[in-house]
Amino acid sequence: METLTFILHNLPAIGERTVEHVSIVSVAVGFAILTGVPLGIAITQSQRTADTVLYLGSIVMTIPSIALFGVLIPLLSKIGQGIGYLPAVIAAMLYAQLPIVRNTYTAIRNVDPALRSAAIGMGMSTSQRLFRVEIPIALPVIIAGVRIAVVINIGVTAIAAYIGAGGLGTFISRGISQTDVRQLITGALALALLAIAADYALLWLQRRMTPKGAAARAG
Amino acid sequence: MIRLEALTKIYPSSHGGAASVDRVSFEVGAGETCVLLGPSGCGKTTTLRMINRLVAPTSGKVFIDGRDTSAVDPVELRRTIGYVIQQIGLFPNMTVAENIGVVPRLLNWDRPRMRRRAEELLAMLALEPAEFLDRYPNELSGGQAQRVGVARALAADPPVLLMDEPFGAVDPVNREVIQDEFLRMQKSLRKTVLFVSHDIDEAVKMADRIAIFRAGRLEQYAAPDELLGRPANDFVAGFVGSDRTLKRLRRITVGDVMSPPDAASAPDAPAVAPGDDLRRVVTLFLERGVDVLRCVDAGGRLVGVVTRKAVAARLAAPANGNGPGAPLR
Repeated sequence: METLTFILHNLPAIGERTVEHVSIVSVAVGFAILTGVPLGIAITQSQRTADTVLYLGSIVMTIPSIALFGVLIPLLSKIGQGIGYLPAVIAAMLYAQLPIVRNTYTAIRNVDPALRSAAIGMGMSTSQRLFRVEIPIALPVIIAGVRIAVVINIGVTAIAAYIGAGGLGTFISRGISQTDVRQLITGALALALLAIAADYALLWLQRRMTPKGAAARAG
Repeated sequence: MIRLEALTKIYPSSHGGAASVDRVSFEVGAGETCVLLGPSGCGKTTTLRMINRLVAPTSGKVFIDGRDTSAVDPVELRRTIGYVIQQIGLFPNMTVAENIGVVPRLLNWDRPRMRRRAEELLAMLALEPAEFLDRYPNELSGGQAQRVGVARALAADPPVLLMDEPFGAVDPVNREVIQDEFLRMQKSLRKTVLFVSHDIDEAVKMADRIAIFRAGRLEQYAAPDELLGRPANDFVAGFVGSDRTLKRLRRITVGDVMSPPDAASAPDAPAVAPGDDLRRVVTLFLERGVDVLRCVDAGGRLVGVVTRKAVAARLAAPANGNGPGAPLR
C-alpha cells in the first residue's frame, strides 16, 4: 500500500528515470547493431576469425557488469567521462555484441547453400545477394539476437545507476542504501515491466520481419 | 552457339590434384539441347558450372556465340544465361512473381513489364498466373516449384539455359510430365540448352546431342541414336545399358522408316501416324503378330507402310549425325 502511494506520488520521476534507462539501452543497442551485424556477416567468410570473435564475445559476457564499470572508470577518466552516461553506454554496447554478432553469424551461415548458388548463378553481385536474399532470410534470427541484447542491457543499465548513469536502477540503489522497501520494489517492478514490454515489442517486430514464405514453413 | 575448348579444372590438393575436368572440347549448336551424362563425380556438373563461371576454369576456354566468356564480367555473363538447379533454390522471402522477376530486376526492367513477363511464363508452364503469382515458394508442390524455377531462368529470355539435374528432385510421374512440357516449350523457344543428368532415359528423351563423361573426360559426343547404336567404347556401352536398342526406338519415328504405299499393302493392317516413334510400331508388331503396318496421316489418308525389315535395317545402320536423332535445325 505504501509502495503504491510512493509510486503514485513519484510518477513523473519514474517516467524520467524510464526515459534515461531507455535512452542508454537504445543508444547502446543501436551502436551494437551498427557494429555487430556487419561484423557477424564479415566473419562468415572465415571460420577461424569467426571462432576468435565469438570467443572474445563470450569472454566479455563473463565479466560481471559491476567489474566492467570499475575497469572503465580509470580508462574513461582520461577524457573526463569516468562515470555517468558514457561508460554505461559503452558497457551495455559490449554486452550487446555477442548475441547480435552470434545470431547474425549463425543466421547467415544457415542460409541454404542452394539459394546462395542460385543467387550467384543468376548474376547477383555480392551486395545484391546479401541485401536481397541472405539478410532478409536471416532477419528474424538477427532480431532475436537484438531481443536478447535488449533484455540483457536493461539489466546491465540497472547496475549503471551505481556509476551515476541514472535510469531505473537509481530506485534500487537508493532503496538499498536508505533501506527503503518502497523505492526498491518500485525500481524492480518498473525494470521488470520495461524488460517484458521491450521483449514483446521486439517479438512482434521479429514476426513481422519473418518472410511470409519462411514463416509458414517453420510453422 | 557454345564452344568448349580444352576446358580443364584441377582442384589443388596435397597430392598434386587430379583433373576433375580434363581437356573437354565440344560444340553445341544454337537451339540444340545437349545433355551432359555420366556417373556422379564424372565432372559433368563442374563442366556446366564453368560455362557460367561459378567455377573458374584452370585452363581452356568457353565461347558463347564466338565470344570468349573469360573476357566478360562474370556477373554480367550470368545475367545472360538462365540457370536451373536440382534444389530449385526459389527464394523463400519472395513471391513467385518476385522470384521470376529476379533477373529482370537486375536488368532494371520496369514493374509492369516484369509482371507481364511473369504471367506469360507461368501460362507457358501450365500454371494459372492469377493463382500462382502471389504465392510463396513454400505454398507450391515440388513439381510446381520446379516449373517456377524454369520460369525464373527464362525470365529475361536468355539465349542459353544451363540446367543441373533440373528434374532430379521431382517424382517419376511428374518428371515425365515436366519433361514433356519442357520439350514442347523448347520446340518453340529454341534455346541453347546444356542439361546435366545421370539418367540415360532422360538423356535419350531430351537430347539432340549427348556428351558422356567418365572421370573428367569426354568419352563420346553424339546424337542419341548414334550413341546408342554405336557406343564409342565399353564404358559408353555399359553406361547406356544392354537394352540400348530398345532405348533407340524412342528417337526414331515412323516417318524415318516408312516406305511408299504399294498396291499390296494390307488394308486391314494396324495403322500408325508418321510422328509416332518406333516403340509404338514394335508394340504393334508384337501384340498383333503382324509384319507390316499402315501409316496414315491425320486425315486418315494412307501415306506409307512400315515393315519389320525396314525397322531392322534402320536399327542395323545407325544414323551418323544427320539422322533423325540429330538436332533439328
